[in-house]
Amino acid sequence: MEKGQINNLIQELSAQCPDLGSLQSFAGASSNVLHGNDILQNRRRKLCASLEEAIQRTGLEDGMTISFHHAFREGDKVINMVMGTLARLGFRNLTLASSSLLNTNAPLIEHIKNGVITKIYTSGLRGKLADAISHGLMDTPVHIHSHGGRVHLLQTGEIKIDVAFLAVSSSDVFGNANGTRGRSPCGSLGYAKVDAEYARQVVLLTDEIVAFPNTPISISQDRVDCVVKIDEIGDVSQISQGAARTTHDPRELLIARFAADVVEFSGYFKQGFSLQTGSGGSSIAATRFLEKKMISNGITAHFALGGITSSIVELHEKGLIDVLVDTQSFDSVAAESLGKSVKHLEVSTNEYANPSSKGAFCDQLDVAILSALEIDTGFNVNVITGSNGMIRGASGGHCDVAAAACLTIVVAPLIRCRIPTVVKRVTTLVTPGESIDVLVTDHGIAVNPARPELDARLREAGLQVMTIEELYNRAVSLSGVSDPIQFTDRIVGVIRYRDGSVIDVVRQVKGCLP
Amino acid sequence: MRIITEAVAGSLESSDLLVKVSPSRDKTLEIYVTSDVIEQFGTQIRHVVDDTLKRLAVTDGLIVIEDKGALDYAIRARVQTAVLRGAACKELNWEQLS
Amino acid sequence: MKLRRSMLFLPGSKAAMLSTAFVYKPDCVMFDLEDAVSLREKDSARLMVFHILRTDAYKGIETVVRINPLNTPYGLKDLEAAIRAGADAVRLPKTDCANDIHELDAEVARIEMECGCPIGRTKLLAAIESASGVINAVSIATASKRMIGIALAGFDYVIDMQSQRGDGAKPELFYARCAVLHAARAAGIDAFDVVYSDINDDAGFLKEVELIRHLGFNGKSLIHPRQIELLHNAYAPTEKEVSYSRRVIEAAAKAEKEGVGVIALDGKMIDAPIVSQAQRVLQRAEASGIRR
Repeated sequence: MEKGQINNLIQELSAQCPDLGSLQSFAGASSNVLHGNDILQNRRRKLCASLEEAIQRTGLEDGMTISFHHAFREGDKVINMVMGTLARLGFRNLTLASSSLLNTNAPLIEHIKNGVITKIYTSGLRGKLADAISHGLMDTPVHIHSHGGRVHLLQTGEIKIDVAFLAVSSSDVFGNANGTRGRSPCGSLGYAKVDAEYARQVVLLTDEIVAFPNTPISISQDRVDCVVKIDEIGDVSQISQGAARTTHDPRELLIARFAADVVEFSGYFKQGFSLQTGSGGSSIAATRFLEKKMISNGITAHFALGGITSSIVELHEKGLIDVLVDTQSFDSVAAESLGKSVKHLEVSTNEYANPSSKGAFCDQLDVAILSALEIDTGFNVNVITGSNGMIRGASGGHCDVAAAACLTIVVAPLIRCRIPTVVKRVTTLVTPGESIDVLVTDHGIAVNPARPELDARLREAGLQVMTIEELYNRAVSLSGVSDPIQFTDRIVGVIRYRDGSVIDVVRQVKGCLP
Repeated sequence: MRIITEAVAGSLESSDLLVKVSPSRDKTLEIYVTSDVIEQFGTQIRHVVDDTLKRLAVTDGLIVIEDKGALDYAIRARVQTAVLRGAACKELNWEQLS
Repeated sequence: MKLRRSMLFLPGSKAAMLSTAFVYKPDCVMFDLEDAVSLREKDSARLMVFHILRTDAYKGIETVVRINPLNTPYGLKDLEAAIRAGADAVRLPKTDCANDIHELDAEVARIEMECGCPIGRTKLLAAIESASGVINAVSIATASKRMIGIALAGFDYVIDMQSQRGDGAKPELFYARCAVLHAARAAGIDAFDVVYSDINDDAGFLKEVELIRHLGFNGKSLIHPRQIELLHNAYAPTEKEVSYSRRVIEAAAKAEKEGVGVIALDGKMIDAPIVSQAQRVLQRAEASGIRR
């Protein structure tokens, strides 16, 4: 059909239905295509020769928000590398929204000092970066959110990611990516999936470009703008360092054994129950003791949730846990299992723990075993600041899981190197006491008074149950009463509960950085 | 008790403390405490150290303590050991040590 | 009847262990001033143990101090520290003859008097570590009213015997084990078996525990907290043993109530030792439940 004839059609349409007058007439097969005429070049259009080129293409400007995920934990190389490049390119006033920040991210201190980063959203801070922020490095307080809470903030629009820089273990030229193939498999891309969904521009960084189409697809090509190949995205051997490790410490094993006893007699240890263990030594070790109980009672679990460890994978492979729901793979065994087991599922943080998601897995959870830096006589938990007031942990999925699970158990030694875990009042409130049911320490077990039936069941089973006040007194009789920490009035951190509300703040510690 | 020579007791292992004593040059008692838990227990640690030295009648010397989160009993024990070694004292006066 | 299944060794020089080991709830804890402590640290360890004993960290757990032999520069001072701090018992290493115990007994009595604590409060344990000790086991075990136990210490004994440590059933300890056990029974005190040093070999440990439990040892020296739970479980009675023991105790109570001199159960006569045995079984069940 001729061009003139088509224009006539529009006129006719418009005469008949005026609002159709704004329709455009056809002007050739490739006139409106976004990406140019060369079909073969199109296929490779997302590949950038360098990170700098990718940054340029995203149109990133000063004052925008960038994001990262932390699936590589202490082995991550991307966050520091990208931030170093952005600093070199002269970017300033950026908001950093990383799903978490770890010891390895100490180089960010310089960027903060130089004004490259002026605002941070994260679920946790550790090491020198945390120390510096605790001592007032930043002008604006850091926002500390839970994993589920981060997604909520993305959905409300409080966090608006302009560019997400996502490390992926493998990607094809079009941006289909996963964490299970390649030289550096990190396992679940649960955090990254969310950023890929919400960011305006998505840059994938990988050390392995594979043939198109990559399988499986965790992040889809339809969310990706740029793909950059770099030398090394992360050191997978470092993933299980730091917070997530299997323990041989007899005290942690004792606590783990008690925790497994609590589960056994709680009333929730039934065929088809579901379980989550946090990343601390005792939580992970509890699975070993639960395994024996599961076998001797003929009980299997329908699913395990959360950060998945090799201990959990072992139970899955032995047929004791049917499905693994993985939001973060804590070691290479978990990453490998995700790649090969059909019933080892990768879920985004939205599917895992977002309170305003249409369906979060944590709502279906029976038993959770979590850790704590401090817990007070009201069962309120602090997972973010040490007893010296310095930031050194992560909110993580703690308050999400604690709020949703039927039985929430916190495991912790009563005293860590003279520092009591059980205190009168937590230094920083992250998870409210109403979400915590049982505290398990090496000195004994305390049950939240709001669960009298649970208390009765555990006592009847002959477990070492006492009141939390008794545990507090025991701690004081061993350690002595500690001096109160000196803070200034200045707020350096805001603790955001999973619904976005402010539950507490972190103040600047008095004195200088040592 | 008089500290007449340099002496060391304890270790830098977790939950322990390293106590170094040496004779004072000017008949004063100088005590320096560093600790992993100084903000929380600095006062308490200092109190135990002072009390232990007082009961041993130590009125001068240089005492340097590096604490790794030791409980009070260990602080007493290590300080007493360092002082006894520093005073080259072989006899144990249990009243002073209790 | 004090349960003494587990005796956990703690080096007197290690602050971290002294500060935390009570959470594992062994029946007894043995603060070691002897082999685990280097010569340079003897004075330091002594004061560490003295001071930890003076707190109530180990309340509810029987406290034993292994002193150095009295013929060393350390032994007597160790003894003073242990008694003045209120240790429940003192363990004498390398006990070769009854006189070693007589000597120790005399010093203990003197110190108790000097520090004003009740005479007889401090109990004694003898460690048999040589051929002489084995041969003299009976006279050692009966040498003092303070004696509560006699222990075989395998390492030094095997060297003295010019033998070698083996795995499995350890035939090189066979006679010594029996001798120590018989001495303990004749004296009416407890018998303790040797340390099992491979802390990662659960199967080997449990096999040895099964053997010594069968022989009749009251307990065993342990060097790592994880051995405690394994040992307590192995010593826990079975369901069957518990229900039988309950019936024995009921039958004994019934006989007493009815003023009948003879206790009968299932047509058989039950005498006093069987009743004591039943009491021991129930005591172990009370402490750690039924065997898993």
